[in-house]
Amino acid sequence: MSGSYLSGIFGSSPVKPLQEHMEKVVSCVCELVPFTQAVLNRDQQGRITHHQNIVDMEHEADALKKELRLRLPSSLFMPIDRRDVLEVLTMQDLVAGGARDVAGLIIGRNMRLPDSMAAGYKALVQRCVDACTQAHIVIRELDELIETGFGKIERVRVGGLLCELDDIEQDTDEQQVVLRNELFMLEDELHPVHIMFIYKVIENTGGIADRAQRVGSRLQLMLAR
Amino acid sequence: MEFSLWYLGLAAVFGLFMAWGIGANDVANAMATSVGSRALTIKQAILVAAVFEFTGAFLAGGQVTSTIRKGIIDASQVADNPELLVFGMLAALLAAACWLLIASRKGWPVSTTHSIVGAIVGFAAVGIGVESVHWAEVGTIAASWVVSPVVSGFLAFFIFMSVQKLILSTDDPLKNARKYVPFYIFAVGFILALVTVLKGLKHVGLDLSTTQSVMVAFASGVVTMTIGIIAIKRIKTEPFEDADFRFTNVEKIFGILMVFTACGMAFAHGSNDVANAVGPVAAIVSIVKTGVVAQKSALATWILLLGGVGIVLGLATYGWRVIRTVGRNITELTPSRGFAAELAAASTVVIASGTGIPVSTTHTLVGAVLGVGIARGIGALNLRVVRNIMLSWVITLPAGGILAILFFFLLKGIFYSGPGI
Repeated sequence: MSGSYLSGIFGSSPVKPLQEHMEKVVSCVCELVPFTQAVLNRDQQGRITHHQNIVDMEHEADALKKELRLRLPSSLFMPIDRRDVLEVLTMQDLVAGGARDVAGLIIGRNMRLPDSMAAGYKALVQRCVDACTQAHIVIRELDELIETGFGKIERVRVGGLLCELDDIEQDTDEQQVVLRNELFMLEDELHPVHIMFIYKVIENTGGIADRAQRVGSRLQLMLAR
Repeated sequence: MEFSLWYLGLAAVFGLFMAWGIGANDVANAMATSVGSRALTIKQAILVAAVFEFTGAFLAGGQVTSTIRKGIIDASQVADNPELLVFGMLAALLAAACWLLIASRKGWPVSTTHSIVGAIVGFAAVGIGVESVHWAEVGTIAASWVVSPVVSGFLAFFIFMSVQKLILSTDDPLKNARKYVPFYIFAVGFILALVTVLKGLKHVGLDLSTTQSVMVAFASGVVTMTIGIIAIKRIKTEPFEDADFRFTNVEKIFGILMVFTACGMAFAHGSNDVANAVGPVAAIVSIVKTGVVAQKSALATWILLLGGVGIVLGLATYGWRVIRTVGRNITELTPSRGFAAELAAASTVVIASGTGIPVSTTHTLVGAVLGVGIARGIGALNLRVVRNIMLSWVITLPAGGILAILFFFLLKGIFYSGPGI
């Protein structure tokens, strides 16, 4: 169309797709809550359904990731570095991958958790979901950051949100320590291989919060420029 | 002259054709940013464009028109053969209009200004003689094509930085927007009025001293600011709208500002680009009327009117569709950025109009958008497209020139009866 070349200079901003990807990642991680509940309730049908949901959403997030990567040619001039965008995206994707790994591990070995650890593990999962939600809140600030041209007040605000994210991640570390101690106490009663894998589940679950935190620290680097 | 009526008729038709082309294609680039940022609806944009393109062309288009008409060619070279200049100007008009038609069909980014200047220089250098071109003047014009986007880029950068400091990056952006936006509105009214009264109003019979001009401009700034304040007062802000994006309400206030900068942009575009259509017409008319190559004769007001009407016709018949298309594709630009780009571009263009330099409105606007981008204000800019737009004039100049040379010899073959040169 004639005259339309002026509109051509406005590339499509990566912010919206990045936020949409994170939204998908968070809903994928959230699915861990009903999944864990089903595992603890020994609800065979429930855990298969929720595992499937997690896998599906991880796939959807993956598709969004690939789409965004294709939409970021190097001729784009953006207020945020192209490499930073791609790395935040990779981090976000790892969060969804973490949720899938935990669910896959539990499903694959048809695992059960000792009843005494049920409450603690549920709390850990919930806190990991909190960490992801917090990371999502930070990512959602990106359009405000660009609106203010990365103004100081907005940067301070995002800094505050990132501190909260760090606190949440800290909580999950402490919860993991408590859970491992409980498991250690139970070691005589359980099958050794089973014990090894419960340790692995605890570690991987905590890893989700770690990765959510890394989404935040990547964003912080983006601001530091 | 034997074919006087023919020449006048052809000049009017070609001039109208060119003005129509400007209205059909070029105006879209000036208005699209306002439509894209949702500051104006399509209907409002067309109304604004029609009114302000026309006033800009009529009130402030005289300086650039006289540059196109007599600044590029040294007419003393053809003093005994004034018909040659008539053929040349007709050829230049036809060449530029055809080239624009071809280019816009193909979707190439071309500039009306570059086409017409390339066409005039082309026919003069080849058809009359290399020494008949005022190369110094052409050099100034060519330099302005580099300087104007750079200047408007810098302006846009600083305007956007000031918006950030005063409004966006503060504790209460909404309050500060209500407080400071009226001053930007004042700036729009002041600058446009100042350039117009300083440079443009002589032909409508108004001749003011510099002090008087500044006072008139100041008064016009105050009037626009008052209108702006009333409009801003009437804006209702709803806190819940800020839930997802905290600047929704602030952007509404910038939307008001953008209505004013859109008017300014249309005015600036009219003031600079009408000359591309009516400059050659004016040259032909003065030669035909007096029979000699008069460098001194005044610009007839009806010629500017013709250009203004042509632009509005182009807008009404075809341009509105282009505005709609371009506007729909620009979605990344919010009013707070769009206004900064438009204010910078409009100021640069209108100052160029006042000094009589034909610049490209599109290029100036692209420069301004880049300026906002460098201030980290825009989500993503496609640098490849920017480069293509900026480089397009390298192709447009020879294309306009070659077409003009062809048409020149064609017209000369049909009409020329005077002595050979």
